[in-house]
Amino acid sequence: MHIHLPNSAFLGNIDPFLREFDNSDSDRLEITANKKWISVHPVVLSMIAALGQTVKPANITCEKLEAASKHYLERMGLFRALGIRSGINIMEHESAGRFIPITQIKDSGALTTFITEMTPLLHLDPKHAEPIRYIVSELVRNVLEHASSRQGAFLSAQYFQKSNTIRIGIADTGVGIKQTISNAYPVKSDLDAIQLALTPGVTGTTRREGGTEYNAGAGLFFIKSIADVNRDFFMIYSGKAMYKLLKRKLGSRVRLSIDPFSDRHSKEDQFPFWQGTVVGIDISLDATREFSALLDLIKDTYTKAVKERKKAKYKKPRFI
Amino acid sequence: MIHIKLFDQSGSFAENKDIAREIRLNSIVPALEGDQEVVLDFEGVNSATQSFIHALISDLIRKYGSAVLDKLVFKSCNETVQKIISIVIEYMQESA
Repeated sequence: MHIHLPNSAFLGNIDPFLREFDNSDSDRLEITANKKWISVHPVVLSMIAALGQTVKPANITCEKLEAASKHYLERMGLFRALGIRSGINIMEHESAGRFIPITQIKDSGALTTFITEMTPLLHLDPKHAEPIRYIVSELVRNVLEHASSRQGAFLSAQYFQKSNTIRIGIADTGVGIKQTISNAYPVKSDLDAIQLALTPGVTGTTRREGGTEYNAGAGLFFIKSIADVNRDFFMIYSGKAMYKLLKRKLGSRVRLSIDPFSDRHSKEDQFPFWQGTVVGIDISLDATREFSALLDLIKDTYTKAVKERKKAKYKKPRFI
Repeated sequence: MIHIKLFDQSGSFAENKDIAREIRLNSIVPALEGDQEVVLDFEGVNSATQSFIHALISDLIRKYGSAVLDKLVFKSCNETVQKIISIVIEYMQESA
């Protein structure tokens, strides 16, 4: 496999980075990088860390990095996660207020501990901490419950001062969304599976409305809604498909959609195959809407989705 | 009547579904089976995930119907927690 770190890969322009991912020769991982500058979303680092777990450290090679910003990769713990030496020497700084280095979470208890420690790490006030810990909890629990990956979830996050945004990336190398959703719904493609996974009330554990005692099929819909309302990017990549929620047009009315394909988005189903699931999200701290106000919108949309599905099953009168 | 203080088990951010399930199975269900009223006290809980609340109460509504809400009382919930509880209760009743 080969992965190239470009000079820029954030959610808005991540498509070329994903297209360049070479998934052949799965026993080896080669990492190359732009010679001058590397500026990437944490989701890129989470992806590489997750990928690295599928390969023996001896089979991972990373070319000598020349970019001035190479220290960022060391500080985010990329080489530690891969089990290789970077040869980059840095002064270790206290990470508070700036980033969460790549963290592997393999069980429920570790997630609870991580969330408790995460909030002070990012130095967030309660208004901003609320949606961020919500997102991390739901996304990582999705991995732990549905991915069937012994490696669990790889997460990293960073605060970007210029845009006043927290960027979060979570990746796993589990079974992927298509296999999970296929347990309950017939799906033809990875993109169909992503569409269903983002639809409120759809879970891979059952087709019954209301879900099981443990799953309701609401987590990803909540997270997409948080991004949508705040005019932030949200990206999900699994198998060969990638769905990206684009920013709502400035000043447009906030209206959550039951069908993610009704939102302002881009999608493609011919990317290199990713075995597992990758999620990236940006949370702009300037625009963070009160979480409780967002919940009103979610409640209306969720209930509407259940009603529409129930109505679709009603028997129709036969007129002759 | 039994009084369950969520904070003691969930902490200020109630997100661990395993804990929610344990509370439901070990405390709430036995009380309801004994025809007792259950007070779920959220004092100190600043926020909760939909997944936590779903794991805590959805199966009660499925098992006992919406009548179970006559025996469940949610105490000291802030606005966010109230709204998440309302979402779960509404979609579970709509799903019946």
